Amino acid sequence: MGPIAKLLAQRISLGLLLLFFVSILVFVGTSILPGDVAQQILGQSATPEALANLRAELGVNDPPITRYFDWLGGILTGDLGTALTSGQSINEAIGNRLGNTLFLAGCAAMVAVPLSIFLGLLAVRYRERWPDKLISATTLTTISMPEFVLGYILMFIFGVQLRWFSPTAVGYRPDADFLTRLESIALPVMVLTLVVLAHMMRMTRAAILNVMQSAYIETAELKGMSTFKVIRKHAFPNAISPIVNVVMLNLAYLVVGVVVVEVVFVYPGMGQYLVDHVTKRDLPVVQACGIIFAAIYIGLNLVADVVSILTNPRLRHPK
Amino acid sequence: MKSELEYFSKRVSKGLMTRREFVGRAAALGVTAAVANSMLASTVRAQTPQRGGTLRMGVQGGATTDTLDPAPAANMVAASVNVMWGEPLVYLSDDGGLEGRVAESFEGSADAMTWRFKLRSGITFSNGQSVTAQDVVDTIDRHAGEDTKSGALGLLRGIDTVKADGDTVVIGLKSPNADLPYYMQDYHLVIQPGGGKDDPAAAIGTGPYVLKSHEMGVRFVFEKNPNYWGDYGYAETVELIVINDNTARVAALQSGQVDLIDRVPPRTAGLVDRAPNITVHSEPSGGHYVFIMHTNTAPFDNNDLRLALKYGINRQEMVDKVLFGYGSVGNDIPVNESYPLFSPLEQRAYDPDKAKFHFDKSGHSGSVLLRTSENSFPGAPDAAALFQQSLAAAGIDLEIKREPNDGYWSEVWNKQPFCTSYWGGRPIQDQMYSTAYLSTADWNDTRFNNTQFDQLLLAARAELDEAKRKQMYVDMGTLVHNEGGLICPMFNDFVDAQSDRVAGWQSGVKGFPFMNYTAPMRMWVTG
Repeated sequence: MGPIAKLLAQRISLGLLLLFFVSILVFVGTSILPGDVAQQILGQSATPEALANLRAELGVNDPPITRYFDWLGGILTGDLGTALTSGQSINEAIGNRLGNTLFLAGCAAMVAVPLSIFLGLLAVRYRERWPDKLISATTLTTISMPEFVLGYILMFIFGVQLRWFSPTAVGYRPDADFLTRLESIALPVMVLTLVVLAHMMRMTRAAILNVMQSAYIETAELKGMSTFKVIRKHAFPNAISPIVNVVMLNLAYLVVGVVVVEVVFVYPGMGQYLVDHVTKRDLPVVQACGIIFAAIYIGLNLVADVVSILTNPRLRHPK
Repeated sequence: MKSELEYFSKRVSKGLMTRREFVGRAAALGVTAAVANSMLASTVRAQTPQRGGTLRMGVQGGATTDTLDPAPAANMVAASVNVMWGEPLVYLSDDGGLEGRVAESFEGSADAMTWRFKLRSGITFSNGQSVTAQDVVDTIDRHAGEDTKSGALGLLRGIDTVKADGDTVVIGLKSPNADLPYYMQDYHLVIQPGGGKDDPAAAIGTGPYVLKSHEMGVRFVFEKNPNYWGDYGYAETVELIVINDNTARVAALQSGQVDLIDRVPPRTAGLVDRAPNITVHSEPSGGHYVFIMHTNTAPFDNNDLRLALKYGINRQEMVDKVLFGYGSVGNDIPVNESYPLFSPLEQRAYDPDKAKFHFDKSGHSGSVLLRTSENSFPGAPDAAALFQQSLAAAGIDLEIKREPNDGYWSEVWNKQPFCTSYWGGRPIQDQMYSTAYLSTADWNDTRFNNTQFDQLLLAARAELDEAKRKQMYVDMGTLVHNEGGLICPMFNDFVDAQSDRVAGWQSGVKGFPFMNYTAPMRMWVTG
């Protein structure tokens, strides 16, 4: 087995172990939440009889250890169980929802990643001059604002006043044609882009600037190469590892951190689904969402690790 | 200028402005009388019902966790969906009376112990099956059964027997009840084939629309039921879209993504109404925001302390600052003018001196602890802060404990002795009082235990003479007003809004928001 394959196997098994610990955390964490599902389903208007009937029907009276292993067994065989509230299969519901969320996150990533790397390069090229300062100031402003405020502002300006885009994603249907779907998520994509832009942009800028201090960059400059060419051919490849790290971190954020954005724009993704079920104390769904989010997070970080190892000969051949 | 003209023509069609005034205003804007008149004609034409088109409504309250089973429905979306595809035996009429739906008529025996509902002949479910008395019996049976999750169970407890007799359903009671037909109009009790016992979530009923597609907590699409017996249902298609975020819901209306929304936040309702193509409807309701004390728990078991707190609340200030004027003052009873057989009691006013007098008399020392949360009613923490200040003027120290929204209904409400809460109205006084003020009620959230009150309530239920009943309700109200644990500072209005793409809103419909849920079937698309 080559060193790379060995490394990969090691990383993946570590990831799985981590996921196992996360599953315990998720289960324990959700189990100690106050309130109970029957009360939440029936709301303020619950009668004691209805509560008792529902509790028995939902099987929330079993001991926690039994429930944990039932649940873990289900997950390992690819069955996330059924939602307590609606009685529907979680696999099916999450399948649709996850697809929607990935579509939104994917579109946001398509815009945000190239844009932030380009802006980062631009900032290095004109460092300490007005384009650099303008880019930094703007991206820092947008990252400093809570997502929902940013959402409301964009909704008001572009949705209600200018009418360029739909203010909410209520027109979104998974089976609509691609352009309609893009149009209905224009504003959420914009918000997500603005939120993750600063982090990736600044990391790109810092990583490249760091490399720019090296002696070989000076040599390249002395050979008479243009600044952009120096950055592209010599500085960027050496800065890939930290950039990939921060890009992956932000991709993970786009998938698991869009809860607020989805709720504000009424987008039928995982976020809205999770929030509804947390409010109703529908634990199987919350746990399923938690484990999926954790898997995505761990998976993307795994990719980041592997990529940075592959692009860095020093890590590829450890002594 | 066009928008101003549209605004004026809208006022004419509502009768707020005469035709002559309109032409005058139009002339002032440089429009000839002929153009002004034709414009007016098109607005008035919009006031006659038109068939076809798609009506889209943005509604708050739905969740992915809902089901199509009408029994556990507990939010605005679920209730709206129920009465689109289904119908109860009877339904509230606009003025708060009852009109037949699945039942054509109903009558009670002289002792109000037996009620007969005669079914409308020849009506069918949306699957083509005829409606029989047995379907009704099964429906009631399912909601009242041992293992039910129905929100209507509380209403059905007084029922002894339900029998089918040809095309008539006969309901026998355990004790007399003159209001039984009102129980049957509840939105949970839509009649389903076989009572919905086989497939409760099939959404098959006799309603004006048929459910075509749905995604829980996201959207419901209805098409007109071609075999509907009545004349409701003008739009060919109705789309109900769940939009829980207040700002998003208003933005969707403003930009034309939806035509009708509920729950416009009172804070911004005035601004929303200023837009030329949008009308905000504020409808008085029986819903009220409350501060509730457990009358059996110290220190609230002392009536003087309760009176001190009742005198120490500034009701008008709450209506102005918490409801932004979209509501009316309460009087420490859970009913108001929106109920049949209601006559008002003398209004209790803010009086720091009396509050101080009763507080001193109660002998209580130290502060009083109030628990609140944002979801106990919109603006509850603000209302608590106002209450704190108005009590401070009487020398009473109110301590406010902010509780998390999560778990408020299971951990705080109906458990802690003093907290904020809300009640949606009920169609009749008996139902409101027996739900929360009868000593044995499940949701007696003030722990009100008054033998005289209980006797009056049961006597009023059996009393068929309206004048006598009215007096009994006054006596009951007086008991709650003077001795109860309820501080009711305000009744909230239902604030809904529509764009001018739809028409047909009817003001003053009793019951719940959206013209008691009938707006989507009684409004039409104008163009």
